[in-house]
Amino acid sequence: MPIKSYLAHPHDGKKQHLINALSEIKECEVMPATNQDVLVVVTDTLDDASEDLLQVKIEKIDSLKLLAMVSGFNSPKI
Amino acid sequence: MYNSLSTRRSFIKKMAQLSAMTAAASMFPGILFASEQEEGIPNGANLDWKKGPCRFCGVGCGILVGTEQGKAVAVKGDPNSSVNKGLLCVKGYHQTMCIQSKDRLTHALVKKNGKYVQTPINEALDIVANKMKETIAAHGKDSVAMYTSGQSTIPEGYVASKLMKGAIGTNNLDCNARLCMASAVAGFLTTFGADEPMGCYEDIDHADYFITWGNNMAEMHPVLFSRMLEQKTRRGAKIIDFATRTSRSSTASNKSILFEPQTDLAVANAICYEIINNGWINKSFVEKHCNFSKGLTNIGYGTEDKFKFKDKPEKIDFAAYKEFLEDYTPEKVAQYSKVSVKDIKYLASIYGDPNKKVVSYWCMGMNQHTRGTWMNNLVYNIHLLTGKISQPGNGPFSLTGQPSACGTAREVGTFTHKLPKGVVMNPKHRELAAKIWKVPVERIPAKPTYHATEMFRAIDRGDIKFIWTQVTNPLVSLPKTSRYRPGMEKESCFVVVSDVFPTPTSDVADVILPASWHIEKSGLYGNSERRTQHWDKMVEGPGETTPDAWMTIEVAKRMGYGDLFPYSEENHVEEIYNEYRQFHEGAKHGMAPLEVLKKESGAIWPYVNGKSTQWRFNAKYDPACAEGKDFDFYGKPDGKAVIWQRPYEPAAESPDNEYPFWLNTGRVIEHWHTGSMTRRIPVLHKAMPEAYVEFHPEDAKALGIRNGENIRVTSRRGSCVLPASINERGLPTKGQVFVPFFDENMMINDVTLDAFCPISKEPDYKKCAVKVEKA
Ligand code: SF4
Repeated sequence: MPIKSYLAHPHDGKKQHLINALSEIKECEVMPATNQDVLVVVTDTLDDASEDLLQVKIEKIDSLKLLAMVSGFNSPKI
Repeated sequence: MYNSLSTRRSFIKKMAQLSAMTAAASMFPGILFASEQEEGIPNGANLDWKKGPCRFCGVGCGILVGTEQGKAVAVKGDPNSSVNKGLLCVKGYHQTMCIQSKDRLTHALVKKNGKYVQTPINEALDIVANKMKETIAAHGKDSVAMYTSGQSTIPEGYVASKLMKGAIGTNNLDCNARLCMASAVAGFLTTFGADEPMGCYEDIDHADYFITWGNNMAEMHPVLFSRMLEQKTRRGAKIIDFATRTSRSSTASNKSILFEPQTDLAVANAICYEIINNGWINKSFVEKHCNFSKGLTNIGYGTEDKFKFKDKPEKIDFAAYKEFLEDYTPEKVAQYSKVSVKDIKYLASIYGDPNKKVVSYWCMGMNQHTRGTWMNNLVYNIHLLTGKISQPGNGPFSLTGQPSACGTAREVGTFTHKLPKGVVMNPKHRELAAKIWKVPVERIPAKPTYHATEMFRAIDRGDIKFIWTQVTNPLVSLPKTSRYRPGMEKESCFVVVSDVFPTPTSDVADVILPASWHIEKSGLYGNSERRTQHWDKMVEGPGETTPDAWMTIEVAKRMGYGDLFPYSEENHVEEIYNEYRQFHEGAKHGMAPLEVLKKESGAIWPYVNGKSTQWRFNAKYDPACAEGKDFDFYGKPDGKAVIWQRPYEPAAESPDNEYPFWLNTGRVIEHWHTGSMTRRIPVLHKAMPEAYVEFHPEDAKALGIRNGENIRVTSRRGSCVLPASINERGLPTKGQVFVPFFDENMMINDVTLDAFCPISKEPDYKKCAVKVEKA
């Protein structure tokens, strides 16, 4: 049950597009910075394979310039 | 909001999120996440939002607290507050989480046969009052003391002052703002004759340059720093960080200039030298509005008990001042400050350019300094010589640390020498206080007694036999706690501590009084920009928790002073504020009426004809200026500010062969001061669980020290073991180590030195000599 957090950097002028695209993915929680072009993304997936697939899916978003992982946790199934 | 944390999984998510926010903050200092605040609000909640100021720092952000069924369930920034415009920092939006801490002090505890026994609050207050009376009867008025806080509300500070000075008749009242703001006060009084900044936060919207002097605003004043960054991005405003440690503020600034500890005195003089030498002086401003003075030199460091110092100001002329500055050419100063000639000239050219607006910001770096008053004077010199003062975007701005260091400690005057208006030494000020307090004027003593450090020395010596501390944790925050902890443990002093949580200070108490937290009582705070803010009680506190002001009143009544404290339990905050306002009536310091403060998100004093005064001493904005003058520094009898001749003098203790490193101490964004509140907020505690000792990587390499390794930091006073931190949060200059003081398990103040500025009596926590070794 991995929980990971990322910083997602949008291309210039594409912050809102990136927020919208990430918000549509059910495993993602998005928190945009109020005063900078960067979003905090927390992902919550069933297993490592789904996490990998999710990462690929996120990286395909056009408005995404860079996705940087910050932390990863493995939580017991609850 | 906090139910979402009750499961382990949601807690882990929160932690993951916080890690990312922390990472973002190191890439973009001042970054804010407004949506974070909304996040935990329960779906469909029908919240009642009440306004108030943030509990923590002196920025004084407006908050809205959402309550439901008597519980605080959410906090968000107040969009109507011009301070923060709806934003908060990480401490701000998690603030109410600590009140639910399991070890909250909910009932009075009285030590009986070495054990704390839960005692009804009325009985505990009887014990406190009787003990205070008995002590006075046996040993005189000056054997009892109160030590309060820049986090006390205005009414709390006011009744403490009235009890000690007006009712009992002793000046044994001081507060923890002595440890953070006293040099700022002494700087304002010596230069302008009037305390507190002339400008306001709106300066940020107008300045071309922000020069921060020893001030890590990205962590200590994060919301203001984010406002500066916004101006940097939007208008190209520039931030220059002048410091002894590379911090998050340095990396976000346009330029970071590092200096050798204590040499800021010399660099400030070198800037003045350059301003005069290059003809950048604003001659007409200086001629019309300034005098020149010098004071005593070689003034000592106060490390000995009962140290006394009185400055002897002497007027000088411009020629003498100019000659004095010959010792401070950039070339001479560069040799010992480690600031290049080019950088000194660059700083001077910013101040000297008549077409650029400049704001200087500072806080603890300049104030916690054995020449703190001088440092404050010197930065005022720069702004006075160039006439860059009291105008939108132009001015020196001393930031305050605590949420009401200005409103309570400085304005109400909870220092030994202060009264709500003026000082105890002035007969007119004593007369006014006696009149409003309805006490005989002879009762208010004309001589100050103990400032904070000397108060705790007096306890150690056995001269003070009763002390009551409120809203503060001196056994973590004082310098040289290695002396003052055993001092307070002595049988000779009866210790009363009122607080919200147990602390190392309450551990030595004879009586512990359970205080209400911030939103469990009504109150008023005053922030750095002279803004007074009111809040109404929002939730009930647990058990027998009681507001500090009300506990003071109850003790006063029990001591027989009931007629001086005729306030009602329900309305005492309102009644006290209305009485207190009388002290400041008039155009120079008028306080806004309570009705205004209840409606608005604060008002700036002087509040005149229904309006806040944003820039004091400038006739365009300040109705108190004398007719026909463009600027009027009316704190001084002749309306002129003073440019002070103040030299460079070395620190009280410098590195040597035995103790080869400078020790600098300070704060981190996650924690509020000694951590007694923020370490009980799970997300903040997890984000920064323990203190550390920061090294410059080259020093660490030379000593063979790896990240995380336990290191013993030792001075002539004591030692402390902490994990090493290399290239993480901050980067001290070579030959210096830095330790934050929030962690009561790693008591760095056992190591620090209790040297202070002889004028302000504020200790220097930024400079002493230590050795380091693997533990
Ligand atoms: S900047 Fe200070 S006043 Fe504002 S939210 Fe943070 S701690 Fe509170």
